[in-house]
Amino acid sequence: MPAPTSAAGTREAQQDVPVRRPRRSWRPSPYWWYLLPGGIGFAAIIGVPFVLNIWYSLHRWKGGNAPKRFVGLENYQNLMQDEQFWLSFQNSVSMIVAMVIVPTLIGLVLAAVLFDYVGKHFGSRTASFLRATYYLPQILPVSVAGILWNWVLNSQTGAVNEILRGLGVDSPPNWLGDPGTAMPSVMLVLIWMQIGYPTVIFMSALQRVDPELYEAAELDGAGWWRRFRAITLPQIKPETFVVSLTCTIAALKVFAPIYVLTRGGPEASTLVPSYYSFLNFFDKSKVGYGSAIATVLTVVIIVVALVIQLFQNLSAKREEEGR
Amino acid sequence: MATVTTAPRTATPTASPGRTKRRTRTVGQWVVLAVTVIVGVLMLAPFVIMLLNAFKSPADYSANGPLTLPESLYFDGLGTFWERVGFETKLWNSVWTSALVALFAVVVSLLNAYALGVGRVRGRLWIVALFLLANMLPQEMLVYPLFTMMQSIGLNNSPWSIVLIFTVIQAAFGTYLLASVLGSFPPALLEAAALDGAGRWRMLWSIVYPVVRPTMSVLLIFFFIWTWNEFFIPLVMLTTNDTQTVPIALASLQGDRMLDVPTLNAGTLVSLVPTLVFFLLFQRTLTRGVTAGAVK
Repeated sequence: MPAPTSAAGTREAQQDVPVRRPRRSWRPSPYWWYLLPGGIGFAAIIGVPFVLNIWYSLHRWKGGNAPKRFVGLENYQNLMQDEQFWLSFQNSVSMIVAMVIVPTLIGLVLAAVLFDYVGKHFGSRTASFLRATYYLPQILPVSVAGILWNWVLNSQTGAVNEILRGLGVDSPPNWLGDPGTAMPSVMLVLIWMQIGYPTVIFMSALQRVDPELYEAAELDGAGWWRRFRAITLPQIKPETFVVSLTCTIAALKVFAPIYVLTRGGPEASTLVPSYYSFLNFFDKSKVGYGSAIATVLTVVIIVVALVIQLFQNLSAKREEEGR
Repeated sequence: MATVTTAPRTATPTASPGRTKRRTRTVGQWVVLAVTVIVGVLMLAPFVIMLLNAFKSPADYSANGPLTLPESLYFDGLGTFWERVGFETKLWNSVWTSALVALFAVVVSLLNAYALGVGRVRGRLWIVALFLLANMLPQEMLVYPLFTMMQSIGLNNSPWSIVLIFTVIQAAFGTYLLASVLGSFPPALLEAAALDGAGRWRMLWSIVYPVVRPTMSVLLIFFFIWTWNEFFIPLVMLTTNDTQTVPIALASLQGDRMLDVPTLNAGTLVSLVPTLVFFLLFQRTLTRGVTAGAVK
């Protein structure tokens, strides 16, 4: 997400107004009062739990009133040898493919086609109607969409297999129940859910591109593909970064689709870190272990976010120097 | 800067009105349109299949499969679902928690953003970064401590826990967004108000608030829908039937072996109707809102 560049200009202008006095003792800004409600809520709902979670991760604890035993880093050491833990992060890579890479690529093409092609030849209403269609899965509660797909893909009563049987396939695959097909099926559902988000963002990004750029390129005889590569892609680079950042974080955190579609199964083939920590918290009563997983996941997310942000800053810098 | 306030711009994606009609369209153009329409159909297909089967009788479904029109309209599935989950309770839980969260979170965001964007308190960049970080956190990181904390203050299994938790989580995002809008607030307006003797509180409500109201209404709608869709924390916090929200109620039906396909489909249908209505009402605001955080 873009760092809020706090309008440096206005700040300098403001400093000119009061006469500069020698610095005396620092007095708190009266605006601090306005941060009070938000600050207290933040401390209570995010700050304290954050610290507590780390504290829990250093204990062996069954939860509730059971005794807590301090074990230091033992939970983390165990994690390093836990195959399921590593598997869950491997599956995160599949989540990134399904929620970031594929939707962003499809979204880029769809947005460019809708904006620069359908919008021009068939009217902007057609384009925005199609955009709304693509966006629909995004606003549904994930669990509702998940239940729907769970039925569509169900091996016995599901729509897909009923259709396949109607076409003469004797034993259609058990999409979500077979370790071989579960992950690809989940990935397809996630792609379906995700496509709308990049499409909408990219379409709105294209609105700030000067239409004369396109017109000039068209007059010069540049085909659609040329225009896409030479104008569309570079122009909406900032949004591409934002989409990849937010979607990568979402992919690392993904929980609800897994919970409703497969519960991490079969044979842990769709296990993800967040579901694995949930499992330890509430099914296996290994609270300390679950907290350790959550802490590692948080660290991974922060590192990934920083790396993407760094990459964006570098690329923006390079662009500036290039001019 | 976030450009949520530029409403008219989004309404005119392609300029030059009237030009589109007179052009002759080539075959290639129709093919491209067809492809985009097919993508649209694929996106809608699960909904259509669900609609086809929500009003079928179980016998009809097992005889004719999922792709036929229902022989006759069958509302028992809907009735069964409604009664089994006590749908009106769930609906009401979802409505009031989401509405309160949206309202509280927008107010808290405005107060925070006023101090950060207009007040320019010390260390504001760090504070905004902290809020942003909080919004990125996986909820697993917070859930167990929150669970025990809510238990100790007697709010376990109470929808009020959802209100408290999500007010803070949504306000973290709202603060980030509004602070960046208010960071570029025209100082001339504020100076004029100060000359007229307005205090900070007065300034907030009669100068700043009217200017950022459009942004705030987008945030309000977003907070409502995000909270409505929340799954993980409500799943953990709300353990009994009378406290659950719509998404949790539907998910908890999943293991139910008694459930036939039409009932499941009817349940899915009524569970998405509220969001669907909301979507149709606020389609434009929503699409504007998604881009709010992204467009600089």
